[in-house]
Amino acid sequence: MKDVIASPKLHDCRDAFVAVLERLGADNPKVVAVCNDSVGSSKLGGFKSRWPERLVNVGIAEQNMVGVGAGLANGGLLPFVCGASCFLTGRSLEQIKADIAYSNANVKLVGISSGMAYGELGPTHHSIEDFAWTRVLPNLPVIAPCDSIETAAAVEWAARYEGPVFLRLSRVGVPDLLPAGHRFELGKANLLRDGDAITLIANGTLTHRMLKAADLLSEQGIEARVLNMATVRPIDVEAVVAAALKTGAILTAEEHSTFGGLGSAIAEFVVAEAPVPMKILGVPGIFAPTGSAEFLLDEFGMSPAAIAEAAVALIARKSSRA
Amino acid sequence: MQPNDLDRIARQIRLRDLQAVFEAGAGHIGGEMSAIDILTALYFRVLRIWPDQPKHPDRDRFVLSKGHVALALYVTLAKRGFLPEEEIGTFLKPHSRLNGHPNCTKVPGVETNTGPLGHGLPVAVGMAKAAKLTGAGYRTYVLTGDGEMQEGSNWEAIAAAAQFGLDNLTLIIDHNRFQQGAALKDTNDLAPFRAKLEAFGWDATEINGNDMDQIVPALERRGARPHAIVAHTNKGHGISFMQDKVDWHHKVPNAEQYQIALTELSEAL
Repeated sequence: MKDVIASPKLHDCRDAFVAVLERLGADNPKVVAVCNDSVGSSKLGGFKSRWPERLVNVGIAEQNMVGVGAGLANGGLLPFVCGASCFLTGRSLEQIKADIAYSNANVKLVGISSGMAYGELGPTHHSIEDFAWTRVLPNLPVIAPCDSIETAAAVEWAARYEGPVFLRLSRVGVPDLLPAGHRFELGKANLLRDGDAITLIANGTLTHRMLKAADLLSEQGIEARVLNMATVRPIDVEAVVAAALKTGAILTAEEHSTFGGLGSAIAEFVVAEAPVPMKILGVPGIFAPTGSAEFLLDEFGMSPAAIAEAAVALIARKSSRA
Repeated sequence: MQPNDLDRIARQIRLRDLQAVFEAGAGHIGGEMSAIDILTALYFRVLRIWPDQPKHPDRDRFVLSKGHVALALYVTLAKRGFLPEEEIGTFLKPHSRLNGHPNCTKVPGVETNTGPLGHGLPVAVGMAKAAKLTGAGYRTYVLTGDGEMQEGSNWEAIAAAAQFGLDNLTLIIDHNRFQQGAALKDTNDLAPFRAKLEAFGWDATEINGNDMDQIVPALERRGARPHAIVAHTNKGHGISFMQDKVDWHHKVPNAEQYQIALTELSEAL
């Protein structure tokens, strides 16, 4: 793991998504892509050139896009509805609720460029509310893969799963962390590093930062457990409770508001099942300033060094309780 | 089935709908009465459906986008054999699957969940597009309210349907001229609809939506473009004191009014 972290080759997870989508499309003529003029930003150019009729571009009309996705599924197709996550979830939230989740439509929603991938474009284009908006909806698994390997595995899984799915992808480069051939399991966290001083939990673009922070902690003689938790709903309650009981403190980090996201979802179970000191890192409930995603993550205390510092402070709280 | 028979069934559905609203103490009776002739023509003449196989892949699709008139759909589905007729008595009762807006995960014959307005037409566009992509022969019908057409999502879908060349899609606008709180013309008057729909690339026809002799041929019309039927209807149609009264959007008749309405509808049977 250390070699990967030390000299990472970074991957855009959209490439893994479309590679699998095109493989699925070749095997199954029912696979269709739906988009809102986002052929380029969703990287659907290859799909379009191979199967132009199966690329359903509704234009800049996200409410219609999601409804059309539900109708395509009703007609027996397997639609992957793709758009910038800020618009897909924000503009069409009621369609996601009624047409997809409540109707239990077999539609795969793919939020592209989520989090602060569009950092410089400002808060209208940040999608740091999407976990909160989607994870309250019944029937809708919410998944944020941490690397290209997990992205590919999650897309394969979503195509096999009968029902709605929300995949939250980024365009920000991340190193491969999971082993080649990894199979995605809904609601199952991946133990990336073991330790008993504290548990660090993240997903998406934060998982590799958590691993770097664990390295820094290890240099100080602190061994942290690191869990990659792509599934925000349903939460891996077993892994969360085990982490609380075994390590006594949980630090989460996410490219999302600190309100209502991964950390909140974990906290809901920690308070009920195994209360321990917790800290949730993310965007602290404000509209973020201008800057790249990497800059903003650092700005909000999610550089590896800052994460390590937060971990040390949390461990101190744990000790003071003992 | 011929228009005379359809009229008789529509009156029976009106009567059962009225009884269920009175018993449940709730419902959207005005819009139910305006839409029942259209629902009857669809379910007893036009739609290719198999009540014992509600998910048959070749079935025609019908989407009730004005989901608040769910009761009229339930009564129609029950009469057509999708539900036990006695189940209508559970409408709005605790744990009944017949809630105030139709749920496709529980009620056979319902295709998609509606309730919030402006949802059914985009989904219907997806259904019709799926048939184009797969070569399926089914046709898709969607019923919206006229007030509902104020939702922008409908116009996104109307534009897309024309762009996709969906000649297998029929939109029926239940143009009863009233929305929940006021007349359409005093709120956000989209009428006249026909020219707007034609400008978007649709074929459009205008009919009396409470006249079977006009409803059936309009629903059976086939053309080269998506087809919109602007169905001029009367809110509360069939019950004299409800007709064209905005109050009857979701008012419930009292005992005296109920008796009058029962008598009127029964006489018509």
